[in-house]
Amino acid sequence: MVEPVLQISDLVKSFGALRATDGVTLDLHPGEIHALIGPNGAGKSTLIHQICGTVRQDSGTIRFAGQDIGGLGVAERAQRGLGRTFQVSSLAPEFSALRNVMLAVQAKQGSSFRFFKPAMLDRSLTEPAMTVLDRVGLAERARIPASELSHGERRQLEIAIALALGSRAFLLDEPMAGMGPEGSKTLTRFLDRLRQEAPILLVEHDMDAVFALADRISVLVYGRIIATGTVEDIRRDPAVRSAYLGDHD
Amino acid sequence: MSRETVVNFILAALLLAVPLLANAVGQPFYITLATRIAILALAATGLNLALGLGGLVSFGHAAFFGIGGYAAGILATHGFSGEPLVFGLSGTNQMLVIWIVAAVTAGLAGLAIGAISLRTSGVYFIMITLAFAQMVYYFAVSWPAYGGEDGLSILVRNQFPGVSTMRPLSFFLICYVVLLAAIGLFALIRASRFGSALQAARQNPVRVATVGIRPFRIRLTAFAISAMMTALAGALFADLNRFVSPSMLSWHMSGELIVLIILGGTGRLFGPLAGAALYVIIEYALGGITERWQFFLGLILLGVVLFARGGLLGFIAGKARHG
Ligand SMILES: Nc1ncnc2c1ncn2[C@@H]1O[C@H](COP(=O)(O)OP(=O)(O)OP(=O)(O)O)[C@@H](O)[C@H]1O
Ligand SMILES: [Mg+2]
Repeated sequence: MVEPVLQISDLVKSFGALRATDGVTLDLHPGEIHALIGPNGAGKSTLIHQICGTVRQDSGTIRFAGQDIGGLGVAERAQRGLGRTFQVSSLAPEFSALRNVMLAVQAKQGSSFRFFKPAMLDRSLTEPAMTVLDRVGLAERARIPASELSHGERRQLEIAIALALGSRAFLLDEPMAGMGPEGSKTLTRFLDRLRQEAPILLVEHDMDAVFALADRISVLVYGRIIATGTVEDIRRDPAVRSAYLGDHD
Repeated sequence: MSRETVVNFILAALLLAVPLLANAVGQPFYITLATRIAILALAATGLNLALGLGGLVSFGHAAFFGIGGYAAGILATHGFSGEPLVFGLSGTNQMLVIWIVAAVTAGLAGLAIGAISLRTSGVYFIMITLAFAQMVYYFAVSWPAYGGEDGLSILVRNQFPGVSTMRPLSFFLICYVVLLAAIGLFALIRASRFGSALQAARQNPVRVATVGIRPFRIRLTAFAISAMMTALAGALFADLNRFVSPSMLSWHMSGELIVLIILGGTGRLFGPLAGAALYVIIEYALGGITERWQFFLGLILLGVVLFARGGLLGFIAGKARHG
């Protein structure tokens, strides 16, 4: 079997008395979409934060591309190819969509210590940035400040930034949230193709999207993974049905 | 051309026109006033790099301003007396050399102070930068070799190749050209890749880290460049007054630089110049009438903060646009 791109073992994180992550073990294989579902407050975002380094785990290991990254800072993990989107959009609000993506392009090129050449006139930045904006369908909004984009457009912009980084794995925290049915469908088709570029750990409440996309699903409840399996396995799992899906079908 | 660009041109032209006119009609006092504006604007342009672009509210930039001033004063003193300075090196009365010494010294101080201060943010950052500047201040006060509390006089204004620096207009022109060069550099940096990272780190440091750029390094570099520019202004300020004293290092000075930026428009290219002009004009116009001119300055500042967040330039030229 091929080695997983991302492998999390026995991860634990407590906030005071609350065990937000309670011994999570989970992996992500090349070419797959692994969906992480669970009720509100289950600890999904906290898990993503620990993988990216914005929250430090209490114990457990995080291996990425064969190396232990659990002690690295956020920027170093990003440099190694972890691309993420935030549940609540996190952008440079004053910058245009284009300049937000250009920041990722320059980061990927490892060239932020250039002081004199105007970035907006630098085609080695603008062209790759426009290419990804076009891919996510934001080309026409390239010059609009991020703060003036619609909620859905900001979600798309976050994905564009992750794409521009050329990430080796994507961690998407509720990319569909607030998108509207049309937007969700478009994004579902987009993610379906994206998995060939790099595997995706997908946190999502939209079950239509999850069932359409996921190769595997893990269910997180109170910081613990109570089940992992294919869409069919999860649909049938009695523990999942009572804890999360509800017995309404 | 945007409205802001037009306003910028007008400001730059006015700052040049007033001393030329004053020179023609034999009113050197106004030349000195304009020189003061140019130098304060230069110091604030330096701070604007850290504060305006990087969001780093340094309450300690007087340290760099004073380091520049003392570099000029100390080098000039040794240049005059012929006593060697350190390691057998002699002083100098050449501005170009003084500027380099001032900028390098302040750059190193900026790296040291920044390396510690930038591990904090918000109010802590403000307080730590203040604390460092106070340390430098008390060091200068208690250093008798260079005048201590009384300060240090520069007997003859330092020299610039091919220019008679004792002529007020010539010295103004030096300051004016340095100011424009600094504003040009600020514009270049703001538009560059580094500027993108710096401004993004102000808007959203987590975003910057998430694309793989460490905000700390970006900020530290900006802080050092900012310190160097402000120190250059300090060296010119010492030459303008032909005197340096610990007051250049005091926290009042740090506060004044912040006030200039807020008055003019934070992060704006010509904000520091607009702010410095407004400040010096208020000081001059009201200072003649009442001792309490700073009270009125306070009122104006309050008005700006409450009703014109973009400062004078924001008020005249509208909202700032980024690429
Ligand atoms: N920084 C923090 N300090 C204290 N408690 C926190 C912190 N971050 C998260 N929590 C708590 O940890 C638990 C898990 O939160 P998390 O945001 O990971 O849930 P989630 O599964 O992403 O939920 P949602 O579906 O609503 O996004 C919650 O009870 C939350 O209140
Ligand atoms: Mg969440």
